[in-house]
Amino acid sequence: MGIDPATVDHVARLARLALTDDERARFAEQLARILEYCRLLDAQPIEGVPATSHVLPMTNVLRPDAVTPSLDREEVLAQAPAHEQGFFKVPRVFEAD
Amino acid sequence: MARETAIRYETVIGLEIHVQLLTASKMFCGCATTFGAPPNTLICPVCLGLPGALPVINRHAVDLGLRTALALGCTVHRRSQFHRKNYYYPDLPKNYQISQYQYADHPPLAAGGVLEIASGGQRRPIRIRRVHLEEDTGRLVHPETGGGYSLVDYNRSGVPLMEVVTEPDLRSPAEAREFLLALRRLLQFAEVSTGRMEEGTLRCDANVSLQVPGGPRGIRSEVKNMNSIRSVERALAFEVARQADLLARGEAVVQETRHWDERRGLTFGSRSKEEAQDYRYFPEPDLVPLELDDAWLDRIRAALPELPGARRDRFVAAFGLSPYDADLLTASPAMARFFEETVGLFPHPKTVANWLVGEVTAYLNEHSVEIDQVALRPSRLAALLRLIEDGTISGRLAKEILVEMIAQDLDPSAIIEARGLTQIRDEEFLRRVVDEVIAAHPGPVADVRAGKEKALGFLVGQVMRATGGRANPEAANRLLRERLGGAR
Amino acid sequence: MAPLPSDQTARALRRAYAEGALRPSAVVGAALDRIARADGDLRAFLYVDAVGAREQALAWDRRYAEAGSADGLPPLAGIPVALKDNLCTRGMPTTCGSRILEGWHPPYDATVVARLRDAGAIVLGKTNMDEFAMGSSTENSAFGPTRNPWDHSRVPGGSSGGSAAAVAAGFAPLALGSDTGGSVRLPAAFCGVVGLKPTYGRVSRYGLVAFASSLDQIGPLARDVADCALLLQAIAGHDPLDSTSADLPVPDYAADLHRPPEGIRLGVPAEAFGAGVDPAVARALREALEVFAGLGLSVEQITLPTIDAALPAYYLLAPAEASSNLARYDGVQYGLRAPSDDLYGMYAHTRRAGFGAEVKRRIMLGTYALSAGYYEAYYVKAQKVRTLVARDFQRAFEQVDVVVMPVAPTPPFSLGERVDDPLQMYLSDIFTIPVNLAGLPALALPCGFDRGLPIGLQLIGRAFGEPTLLRVGHAYQQATSWHLRHPPMAPVGRAGG
Ligand SMILES: [Mg+2]
Ligand SMILES: [Zn+2]
Repeated sequence: MGIDPATVDHVARLARLALTDDERARFAEQLARILEYCRLLDAQPIEGVPATSHVLPMTNVLRPDAVTPSLDREEVLAQAPAHEQGFFKVPRVFEAD
Repeated sequence: MARETAIRYETVIGLEIHVQLLTASKMFCGCATTFGAPPNTLICPVCLGLPGALPVINRHAVDLGLRTALALGCTVHRRSQFHRKNYYYPDLPKNYQISQYQYADHPPLAAGGVLEIASGGQRRPIRIRRVHLEEDTGRLVHPETGGGYSLVDYNRSGVPLMEVVTEPDLRSPAEAREFLLALRRLLQFAEVSTGRMEEGTLRCDANVSLQVPGGPRGIRSEVKNMNSIRSVERALAFEVARQADLLARGEAVVQETRHWDERRGLTFGSRSKEEAQDYRYFPEPDLVPLELDDAWLDRIRAALPELPGARRDRFVAAFGLSPYDADLLTASPAMARFFEETVGLFPHPKTVANWLVGEVTAYLNEHSVEIDQVALRPSRLAALLRLIEDGTISGRLAKEILVEMIAQDLDPSAIIEARGLTQIRDEEFLRRVVDEVIAAHPGPVADVRAGKEKALGFLVGQVMRATGGRANPEAANRLLRERLGGAR
Repeated sequence: MAPLPSDQTARALRRAYAEGALRPSAVVGAALDRIARADGDLRAFLYVDAVGAREQALAWDRRYAEAGSADGLPPLAGIPVALKDNLCTRGMPTTCGSRILEGWHPPYDATVVARLRDAGAIVLGKTNMDEFAMGSSTENSAFGPTRNPWDHSRVPGGSSGGSAAAVAAGFAPLALGSDTGGSVRLPAAFCGVVGLKPTYGRVSRYGLVAFASSLDQIGPLARDVADCALLLQAIAGHDPLDSTSADLPVPDYAADLHRPPEGIRLGVPAEAFGAGVDPAVARALREALEVFAGLGLSVEQITLPTIDAALPAYYLLAPAEASSNLARYDGVQYGLRAPSDDLYGMYAHTRRAGFGAEVKRRIMLGTYALSAGYYEAYYVKAQKVRTLVARDFQRAFEQVDVVVMPVAPTPPFSLGERVDDPLQMYLSDIFTIPVNLAGLPALALPCGFDRGLPIGLQLIGRAFGEPTLLRVGHAYQQATSWHLRHPPMAPVGRAGG
């Protein structure tokens, strides 16, 4: 399955990746090759085969509703690119974003 | 115009409600869910989505989801899996939300329930499409000063949420209000949530469309940002009228998200066109599935608190209350509890009901507060009613005292002491007052002599007034009759 | 001539500490000296905590002196370890080999790090890796490649290349890596050391920066199998902070290490000698099988029919999970933020500037595989093939106890040889990836050399069958000496002590 530049742009937008022109071209070509390679899957007898999202047959892993200590705010904010009055600071958010 | 068109079009409303669950800790970590803590003080690697941190499901949150599902008569899916809903937003620390949203062949926690609402004098069932669990986002603050930036507080990030979605069964903004009242009541009695829209523990988005009865489904708009049950009703009324006008003018309704502006009393669409979302759902690999077996569901059923309907019926049966009073007394668990505790101390259910439905409710509405938010205790109301019963104070005086009891957080006796408000039984004193009243109101006096009982009531009232309500009404009545030639 | 202290095994060091023949401070000192001398070229470490390591070593000097023996001291008391830089360490940076996390100091320790500290281990520092563990050569590190200690013109394998190189070069007797598609086993093989990929769920992932959550597993690297068992013992076990960690008792891995392995049945798939397998690798594998036969193990032919489809399935599943796991690197809370006055711009430019080519490639691939219209055709189909791969192994384990394959089809390749050809690079994981898809344990250990370059043998076991793998591997090392070789660049016998 080939990948046209428009698809690459759409995927890049979904992934929030700004691409250079040659990245766009290279990814289009490389993704196409990898997806072509993934055609090998089509040969597999998967009718009626369940999908595996967990290899372990585990269920019902739960924790009690108990409060545990939180982190020190200053230690956390010290890592932030921008913060103000105890908040993380980001470029203005509009409904449209 | 809206009225005319409303005749030709049928209003179709579906609600999507987010409910904050009553847990001590968050959905996937041990941070507290306390409301109103300083920004970013209830945070840990998990709810901050720090690299390497992993979620673990809060058992109580699942229990509360199941409790709601059973209370709504939903079918619980025996195997349930969390998924990732991928989208970028600064209030979403991982840039994906862990949710049980239904997609492909993955069912939500529960589906297919019903909630009855009162509509036009009768009760109508509204179908519940699904109930599922997810995590809340953080909170964004947009400083008024502008400054081209926004601030993020992650205290709310990861707080347990339950999403309840109805089928598009609601036929008017009033029905939407009734549904929210009924759901809130259910959630409160089931001890699942405080259900306060004003505090954001209950949030409601609505899909609205108009259609010709029996015709195809109309194009719908989604209304957001409504912060009270009243604003939901207002916003929906506005939206119905707006769509009706569009259709009346032969214009098309656009499928869009519209925001309610409480102050201006209108809805508005986003300026920019929304890009089609692609949430790329897939099973959350950091969580294993839930296996909800009979034992688990039986445990939930057994622990289910008495629901509003049952409570109401019991009040009618056990206390001989009118369905109307019983309904008002089960408006909230707090009110129902208050009623039963007071009756326990002053065993005259009807009297207690009258006072709660009357004076107390009037006070609460006037100050728009809940019974559990004021300084009134069942013991004090019972004491007050006892003072009326033994004739220490008049009912009229009791109403004043009630207000002061609440305002000053005092026992009725204390207020009576402070103001010396005991009834006057000194006949000499009362006779003098009665004479003054008779002298001052020749007209009514004549009427009484002419046998008009009404006028006597007026004169009694004057005596009460002259004594600041402290006269014993029976005594005043008797003395007046004596003075006016003991008519009958 | 006595080998440099840090060329010794953790077990030997513990004995020497107990007898007073060596002090932890001397060993840490020697290790730091060698790192200072040799790591400029190798680049196994991204960060070295010399001060902290020396302090802790001195503290252990005293503890051993007071005790006069190792009795009552934790199992790794005073033993230096190196940690892959995708394990969260409080007080040390954690970069995952990426610009986007440069300078990030986690406010918490990964569960394995906490357990190592409790076990008395001394964390020397953080090791180099392919960015976010995406790679097979450690060339994808934003901070420059690690070189193979046996030949500086070759890659050490990846993505845990720094940890494997650190052990091979004698910087530390023990190291931790992570293995999503072979990232512990491949570098172990390329660097001539022992590496174990535990059963999925055996070791807590809490604090391991996620690449592909359903495949990731932290694994030990060591100079021999017995040390590998010792390190596994310290990190294995249930963790309530990881919902996918198995709540099963942890066996005593050292206990039956020495029990002779007679009667254990080995199975070799025909694919192990298939196309693309270097003759030197095939030869080493055959020789290893003869050694096993000599030890009284039976060797049978088996088949893994789905093995060809494992690689493409992996290259849809792992990037899909990664595209979601790596969405959090957006410049809001920590790490890099590209200047921008609008939100979308901050996201898109931070991620453009912060991620390398391979990471971007996989994010693009994974996002595509999950996006509307392709989810069923790619992601779900790959999950079903994953089921088939797991069934292949289940069938095999009805017939045999251990599946034997090479770790990689070739010896270590040259730096730069495959960087421009993703598919070629991916092929080096053809024998390791099926194991991750099935969630099974696998042990990689040296089984020969080709022109001075190590070749690795892979032993794959049943879920939670680590004891059998360690026992077979240990028996092999009792009969062979490949694991006793040291790369020429690590100047044996000079200085230190
Ligand atoms: Mg929701
Ligand atoms: Zn938290």
